[in-house]
Amino acid sequence: MEWRGTAILLSVRRHGETSAIIDVFTEEKGRHAGVVRGGTSRKVAPILQPGAQLDVAWRARLEDHIGSFTVEPVRSRAAIVMGDRLALAGLNAVTSILCFCLPEREAHGPLYRRTEQLLDLLGQNDVWPLAYLRWEVALLEEMGFGLDLSACAVTGGTEDLAYVSPKTGRAVSRTGAGTWANRLLPLPDVLRGLGDAPDTEVAQALETTGYFLNNHLAADLGNKPLPDARARFVDTFTRTL
Amino acid sequence: MSSTKDIDALIEMMAKLPGLGPRSARRAVLHLIRKRALLLTPLADVMQIVAATARECMNCGNVGTTDVCDICTSEKRATGELCVVEDVADLWAMERSGVFKGRYHVLGGTLSALDAVGPDELRIPRLMDRVETEGISEVILALNATIDGQTTAHYIADQLDGRVRLTSLAQGVPIGGELDYLDDGTITAAMRARKDL
Repeated sequence: MEWRGTAILLSVRRHGETSAIIDVFTEEKGRHAGVVRGGTSRKVAPILQPGAQLDVAWRARLEDHIGSFTVEPVRSRAAIVMGDRLALAGLNAVTSILCFCLPEREAHGPLYRRTEQLLDLLGQNDVWPLAYLRWEVALLEEMGFGLDLSACAVTGGTEDLAYVSPKTGRAVSRTGAGTWANRLLPLPDVLRGLGDAPDTEVAQALETTGYFLNNHLAADLGNKPLPDARARFVDTFTRTL
Repeated sequence: MSSTKDIDALIEMMAKLPGLGPRSARRAVLHLIRKRALLLTPLADVMQIVAATARECMNCGNVGTTDVCDICTSEKRATGELCVVEDVADLWAMERSGVFKGRYHVLGGTLSALDAVGPDELRIPRLMDRVETEGISEVILALNATIDGQTTAHYIADQLDGRVRLTSLAQGVPIGGELDYLDDGTITAAMRARKDL
C-alpha cells in the first residue's frame, strides 16, 4: 500500500526515542496518521511543525496499518506565526479543530482547499479573522451542520434577517422572531457575506459559529469538549478590538 | 532457578534507559561486571543515594537533592531575572552555557490542546506567585522554538503583561550553521530578527 501527496501537518507526537507519529490532512485521503522514522531528529523536527505544508509519501504493508511517512517540506508556516500572537492562536485553533472533528481517512477535498488558503493568509491579521470565520462556516457545512441563512425559517422572507435558530441553524427575521428573539443567536451581516465585515461583527459571528461547534458538532462527537485553542484564538482576537 | 536471573533483570532495566536497547544494555552490564570495583559498586552506591534523596525543587521545579535547590537559595542569583524553561534538561543546558546568572522556573512541559495540557497542568500558577513575591523585574521566556513552545510563551506573556519586563530568546542561524542547510522557517526568522552591524 502506498500513496503520495501534498499535506498539511496537523499534529506531531513523539513515538519512542527517535520517531514521531504525525497526523496530516490531505486533499484525497483526508486526515491520515503515520509514523515518521527519525521524526525527532535535529534535521526533521524543524520540518514537523503543525501547519507546515509537506510532500508526504505513505507506505504500509496493509491498508489498515498505521504505516510510515517520508516527508519533504514544501513550505513552513511556523516562522510566520512564531512572533505573532494572533496568527499563532489562529494556527492552533485550525489544526486542533481539524484533529478534533475530522474522521480518519475520509476525504474532505473542499475543506482541505479552504484550509490551505486560510493557512496561506496567516500573518495578514487585517483579513485573517474574517477568513477564519468563513472557514468555520465551511467546516460546519462539511461536517453536516451547515447554516442556512438564505431565508427566514418562520416567514420564508429574505428581508431583515437578524437571528439564527440555535436548534436548526436557519436564519430568522426580526418579525419572525417575535418574543423568541432573546433565545436566538445573533446573525451579523458578515455571516451572510454582507457589509464591510468590521471586526466587531466578525467577533459576534464567531460566537454564533462557536455555539454550533460546541453544541452540535462536539455534541455529535460524543460530547467531547471543543479544543481550548479555539477559545484562546477568539479571546486573543476580541482583545484586539 | 537460572544463575543469570539477576543479571538478566539488570539488563532488562538498563534496556529501558534512553539510547539503550537490549543489545547495548547487555554490553553495558557486561562492562560493569568486568569493572566491578571501579564502576559497578560505586555506581550502585551513588544510585542508591540519589534514589533516596532526588526530588524536585519546591520553588522552581529543578531536580536536586534538597527541597529547595542551590540556585534558588543562592543570594547571588537574586538578580531580579527569572528564566522560564520547559524542562529540567533546558535548565541544565542554560547552566552549561554559564551565560545566565539569575534564577529559573521549570514549567514541566508546554500547553497542548491535543494532549489536554492546560495552564494548571504546568507550573504557571507558581510562576505568577514567584513574580509577585521574589521581586522579579524581568522574565525571560526561554521556551523551545516550536508551535507549542511559543504558544505557551504567548500565554505566559498575556498573564504577565504590564507587570514585569518580558523578553524571549532570539531565533535564527545557529553558531556554525550554514544557510544552505537551514530550513526556510529558520531563515525567515533570522531575516526578521536581523540587526545593524
